[in-house]
Amino acid sequence: MIHAVSMGLGLFGLWLLLSGFLDNTLLLGLGVFSCVICVYIAARMEVVDHEAVPLQLKFGVIGYLLWLSAEIGKANWAVTKVILSPRMRLQQRMITVPAGQQTDVGRVTFANSITLTPGTITVETQHNSFVVHALTDDAADFDALNDMGARVSAVESRT
Amino acid sequence: MIDLALDIASWISFALGGFFLIVGAIGMIRLPDFWSRLHGAGVIDTAGAELILLGMIFQAGLTQVTIKLILIGLFVFLTSPTGTHAVANAAFVAGLRPLGEVKKRDEDKKKGATS
Repeated sequence: MIHAVSMGLGLFGLWLLLSGFLDNTLLLGLGVFSCVICVYIAARMEVVDHEAVPLQLKFGVIGYLLWLSAEIGKANWAVTKVILSPRMRLQQRMITVPAGQQTDVGRVTFANSITLTPGTITVETQHNSFVVHALTDDAADFDALNDMGARVSAVESRT
Repeated sequence: MIDLALDIASWISFALGGFFLIVGAIGMIRLPDFWSRLHGAGVIDTAGAELILLGMIFQAGLTQVTIKLILIGLFVFLTSPTGTHAVANAAFVAGLRPLGEVKKRDEDKKKGATS
């Protein structure tokens, strides 16, 4: 129930932000109506849960996104140097990174974070680890990937 | 004065974003195989796209357009790694392996560069 209400409020907030109609009662009513329809359809599809509305995420996830942006910037610069160097020194390899996240949302966040960072791509998800393709030795930094995993585990769930 | 500062900030973002877009494009041509080219595309997806969007945000100022640009950036942030993973996973399942793949750390010193 809390997920459905949050989804409806979130959708209506999005509707307000994107439409910009704040003083037209008819349009506001139609907006509420379409949000209710959306939540009803989502409920019938049985997707109104912790995945569609990840309320369990801690607020620390915002700090994590900022940290991730900085990491992406650094990794971009590293890959840029590789691409522009006259002799590209590639040491491609597949490494296995343990993924100890408790929730599906946490695992997806970790896998997407690895892929977002240039130089590493999540290739395959296994029971409790990921197969990661790394472009160079520097990118295949096991400790840095583990540190990222620990940061995801820290914000994935309140319980 | 504020306008000038915003213009400078947005032009720096545009120039940096354009630089990363060009680097990513060069990477997609120069890099030797499928796996390494994914990383060139990654540079375009992250630094290129997001910095261009940041430059647009500086131009738009505190308006509704900025909110829409932030949402676009967020959706690119969420969807582009998903697409990259789908492509990489398909190649992995199909049996494609990286060019000059290094199996163990010990072999690094013997093999060195594989360009």
